[in-house]
Amino acid sequence: MNTILVTRNDLLLLLGFTIAVLAMPIWLQPFGAAYPDLMQRFAIYGIFAIGFNILFGLTGYLSFGHAAFFGVGSYAAVWSFKLLTMDAIPALVFAVLISGLFALLIGYVSLKRSGIYFSILTLAFAQMSYNLAYSVLTPITNGETGLQLTLADPRHLDQALGISSRSPALLGQPLLGYAGFYFCAGLLIVAFFIAQRITGSPFGMMLRAIKSNQTRMHYTGFNTRPYTLAAFVISGMYAGLAGALLAITDPLAGAERMQWAASGEVVLMTILGGVGTLVGPVIGAWIIKYFENIFSAFNEGILHRTFDFLPDGLEDAVVLVTSKFVGEGWHLTLGLVFVLIVVFLPGGIMEGVRRLVHWARRPAEPGRASPRPQPAE
Amino acid sequence: MPDNVVLHVSDVHKNFAGLHALSDIDLQVAEGQTHAIIGPNGAGKSTLLNVIVGRLAPSRGAVVFDGTVLTGRKPYEINQIGIARVFQTPEIFPDLTVLHNVMIPALSRRDGAFRLNMMRTLDSETAIRQEAEDVLADVGLYERRLAHAGALSRGDKRRMELAMCLIQKPRLLLLDEPTAGMSRHDTNTTIELLKKIKSRGMTKVIIEHDMHVVFSLADRISVLAGGRIIAEGMPDEVRGDPRVREAYLGGAH
Ligand SMILES: Nc1ncnc2c1ncn2[C@@H]1O[C@H](COP(=O)(O)OP(=O)(O)OP(=O)(O)O)[C@@H](O)[C@H]1O
Ligand SMILES: [Mg+2]
Repeated sequence: MNTILVTRNDLLLLLGFTIAVLAMPIWLQPFGAAYPDLMQRFAIYGIFAIGFNILFGLTGYLSFGHAAFFGVGSYAAVWSFKLLTMDAIPALVFAVLISGLFALLIGYVSLKRSGIYFSILTLAFAQMSYNLAYSVLTPITNGETGLQLTLADPRHLDQALGISSRSPALLGQPLLGYAGFYFCAGLLIVAFFIAQRITGSPFGMMLRAIKSNQTRMHYTGFNTRPYTLAAFVISGMYAGLAGALLAITDPLAGAERMQWAASGEVVLMTILGGVGTLVGPVIGAWIIKYFENIFSAFNEGILHRTFDFLPDGLEDAVVLVTSKFVGEGWHLTLGLVFVLIVVFLPGGIMEGVRRLVHWARRPAEPGRASPRPQPAE
Repeated sequence: MPDNVVLHVSDVHKNFAGLHALSDIDLQVAEGQTHAIIGPNGAGKSTLLNVIVGRLAPSRGAVVFDGTVLTGRKPYEINQIGIARVFQTPEIFPDLTVLHNVMIPALSRRDGAFRLNMMRTLDSETAIRQEAEDVLADVGLYERRLAHAGALSRGDKRRMELAMCLIQKPRLLLLDEPTAGMSRHDTNTTIELLKKIKSRGMTKVIIEHDMHVVFSLADRISVLAGGRIIAEGMPDEVRGDPRVREAYLGGAH
């Protein structure tokens, strides 16, 4: 039997995605977002959201604790920098393994329940991890200060090889600026490809079937627990990879990365972009990180300049109102956008895209009844 | 009693907080036979199937299939042993296409209860797909194979669920009112289909209210009322039994 690795449509999607990611420095220019630091975060949170969607979008299990795995990934990467080497590869491998192991433990217990009880269990575990990072585990996490690189770090591997550079690198090439961005972008593309493979495989079909009707799965002869656990661990590893990349761009790890707000953020990203779609969660991540960055940087000075053309009294009033939605208050804008999307486009931005495509095609091809692909026979 | 008994329900009781849903159930089904269970609403027919497939644990008694004790096993293990069930309220994957609904049970039969199968695409499972399309053609749903299962009519969902069971080639097929909600024409097609399977030697337990279906298919009939088997025998014997007339046929018709 022939084994097709990817279908033609998948390949086209992967190609389009690759181009869009690599060309970020160009098309993000007009948005004022084309600087490596921000684009790097687009890539990192894209990976986080893609992995989260494998559990939430595909399998139907809503975790409120995925920031824990993200945080564990960061800590593991920094420890790899401290103990072994400043090279990124060992840090990533170490982070993915540790977060995978951690996900195996938490997933094993949490998946004994489903629905809201599962969500609460993951939330509880993540908050426990967060509190432990501040208390008992201070020797590992360095508590409130956060885990940092110090001059006293042994870095055994670097020592042995006589490398003295103290910034994260890939085979001797420092991962600063654009190098750092392209490194993260490359991994985002790999992460997307793997998620695409999972989605299109029989295993991915089982995950979707579990989401659709778990009872039927049981009476069809499937032991669903290992399937859900595999999905949980995979998404935990994605989160760990993203956390490690964040530590590579800035070798520091703090417990606030594990807080419930960070777990909630990846839920928002996925829903905003489109639950269960491949591209949606990435777009959701980009939008949220963009808003966070741009809107939180706005201050009253900028607002006054923007609304300069209004009469004085009106200008002050407008600035007073809008200032609540920018700077520290950018979460308010995010909340508003979120509510609008969920109310008018429950399928997220990807549903909007689908509707647009549908609407655009209708007058052009009135003869075509169904846009669904016909199977080869 | 025939000596090639394959399903053996012995001394099964099931209580729901004081309600005796099943009492003292003894049932033996011979290999390749179609055994019908009839009885008024609330008699305990579905409860009996629930006990067989592991959805409910009996309060007492045991179910044995071909020498294997089913009682205490998980539903997925019981299915892997070769027992498939069509539910009274269709249990399907409403978000997936009809074709995928039928391919999934085929994958369960081929790959077992769990397999981390990520190294190929679903589209490259041509043999499984072909098999699914054949079974869909058998139940008359081939044309609808790309529709979302949730969008099917009640009768079509039932036929699809039957296809989902048939593709597993189970040794024992349990049917809980497989023709409810179907038109006369579809009911007759389903009867023909079930007769065809019978010639392949699949053992079946069928719950049915439609006497036309029962008398077309059944080799033996058990009558359940108030959680007890009140009569059992060949279709003609059961038809003539005055207790059955009183408890069921007389009341219902
Ligand atoms: N899970 C349960 N918990 C409590 N009571 C139940 C449960 N399942 C069934 N019962 C009760 O047990 C009795 C038998 O129900 P069952 O569904 O087996 O009847 P049935 O013969 O299949 O009827 P119908 O022809 O209406 O499908 C009913 O009184 C029902 O209310
Ligand atoms: Mg019933």
